[in-house]
Amino acid sequence: MSWFEKLLPSIRPSSSSDKKNVPEGLWAKCNNCDAIIYRAELERNQDVCTKCDHHMRQPARRRLSQFLDKENRIEIAANIEAEDILKFKDDKKYRDRLAAAQKSTGEKDAMVVMKGSVKGVELVAAAFEFRFMGGSMGSVVGEKFVQAVNTCLDNNIPLVCFSASGGARMQEALISLFQMAKTSAALTRLSRRGLPFISILTDPTMGGVSASFAMLGDIHIAEPKALIGFAGPRVIEQTVREQLPKGFQRSEFLLDHGAIDMIVDRREMRDKVSSLCSMLMNKPAP
Amino acid sequence: MDPNFLEFEQPIAELKAKIEELRYVTDDSDINITEEISTLEKKAESLTISIFSKLKSWQISQLARHPNRPYTFDYIERIFDDFEYLHGDRCYADDSPMVGGIGRLDSRPVMVIGHQKGRSIKEKVKRNFGMPRPEGYRKALRLMKMAEKFKMPLITLVDTPGAYPGIGAEERGQSEAIARNLYVMADLKTPIISTIIGEGGSGGALAIAVGDRVNMLQYATYSVISPEGCASILWNNADKAPQAAEALGITASRLHELGLIDQIIEEPLGGAHRNFDQMAINLRESLLHNVEILSAIGIDKLLEQRYQRLMGFGAFIET
Repeated sequence: MSWFEKLLPSIRPSSSSDKKNVPEGLWAKCNNCDAIIYRAELERNQDVCTKCDHHMRQPARRRLSQFLDKENRIEIAANIEAEDILKFKDDKKYRDRLAAAQKSTGEKDAMVVMKGSVKGVELVAAAFEFRFMGGSMGSVVGEKFVQAVNTCLDNNIPLVCFSASGGARMQEALISLFQMAKTSAALTRLSRRGLPFISILTDPTMGGVSASFAMLGDIHIAEPKALIGFAGPRVIEQTVREQLPKGFQRSEFLLDHGAIDMIVDRREMRDKVSSLCSMLMNKPAP
Repeated sequence: MDPNFLEFEQPIAELKAKIEELRYVTDDSDINITEEISTLEKKAESLTISIFSKLKSWQISQLARHPNRPYTFDYIERIFDDFEYLHGDRCYADDSPMVGGIGRLDSRPVMVIGHQKGRSIKEKVKRNFGMPRPEGYRKALRLMKMAEKFKMPLITLVDTPGAYPGIGAEERGQSEAIARNLYVMADLKTPIISTIIGEGGSGGALAIAVGDRVNMLQYATYSVISPEGCASILWNNADKAPQAAEALGITASRLHELGLIDQIIEEPLGGAHRNFDQMAINLRESLLHNVEILSAIGIDKLLEQRYQRLMGFGAFIET
């Protein structure tokens, strides 16, 4: 063996088997302006394009870790998982779809809930994991949301939820539809105690999630240009057989039609939410 | 093919046609074939029983959408006395796929809200194929609050393919309108009895179906998405609707097994559309029974039970 061959293994590109240990690409592309951005810089900028301010979809855990103060975070209802009592099967088994989503996202289901604070204002924050089966709401999301509400009741603190969901999870059939009723009912208790619920609508918030708790906030905040609505644009287009108006179902459209209170840049969310919560709770400014 | 019969009912249709033919013969002949006719009629009945005893989910969903199936109006006229229809959401319009009003159920005043489909083409269009817009849900909301104010039990009759997916519906807040009803019904201070009489189509159905009791007619369906919609998303092929219907478990018997509904209300042989009066009698009996039971429970206890019932929905494990 020549000296060159001895050296070769160390300079060869890694084989496919250990490829998954390699961190994600160093560069990301903005899906709005096509700008190529250094990934670390993009994450530092909370997944907002540094060139065009486009708000990209964010993993739930990263969103919460950037939204909440670093200290005193506790995850709520971390250990609940879906149970496939219907043994639902389409082309694939629901169980297999769950396993694949768990593997690719590292989450047990489509929502993460944490108790913590924002600029010192204590609250519970929930966030949808859109990469987990389209952020669809099944039993686990419903139960986590209820436990988030219950944590607020136990601690007398506000609730904030970042929605990003295609709607109810078909694989849980009627049980998923009933999560709309369950989550909405829980909010009646929060109201009765005079605790605020701030609903933050991010891209996309559709179907059963928008037609339940996401539209029941005391204050509705949307991120810029998020798609928010009941029926999907394609379904509407097929039903009415006409072209949809420009900007239809986007945050700016919802603001115009009175469905939301404000559109807030993700990088200002901590300031905005902590200020609003402190006023609604009659506490000093953060 | 006899249009009064669904595809899977064609053997029954053939027998019935034969009976009609014989009747025609008896009219102008001396031969007594009454006996033959009654044998055939018995045969038709046992054939119907046999076909209807093993219906597939997809067949049941066709029955639930049967064009001759009784709609909300048909029940209101047969079940309630002194009924007065109430109109409008007081904000925007009177949305005709959603109807409601007050009447007496065996002398007790009640509030009734229901989806309304149309039977003729003109009526179908007028009723928007049973798909309410936000103003429909807001009309329902107004009537719910009126029921609470005047301490009337609330009875809802559910029969919709879903909330209308339209441009105006989105502009006027379809999501918010549905969400608001879920929220208000969870805490409405009067007994609520919901019955799925035909199609229980997703959020558009649920928006008037959060109750202390949720019952279904025997051949009604209740689902998070239509079998066609589910098939075209998950199978990429709307023709797989029969499989999707099976997988979703949309029938009264399956949902009862799963503990998601309370009671199955029996339909006349061959389905509700074969005998409106009998169906109305069965529904009335169920409503009377439930109104009586629920009215006897104190309101605080009733609301707590309703809340616990809602919190109990879900299938998950703690690891």
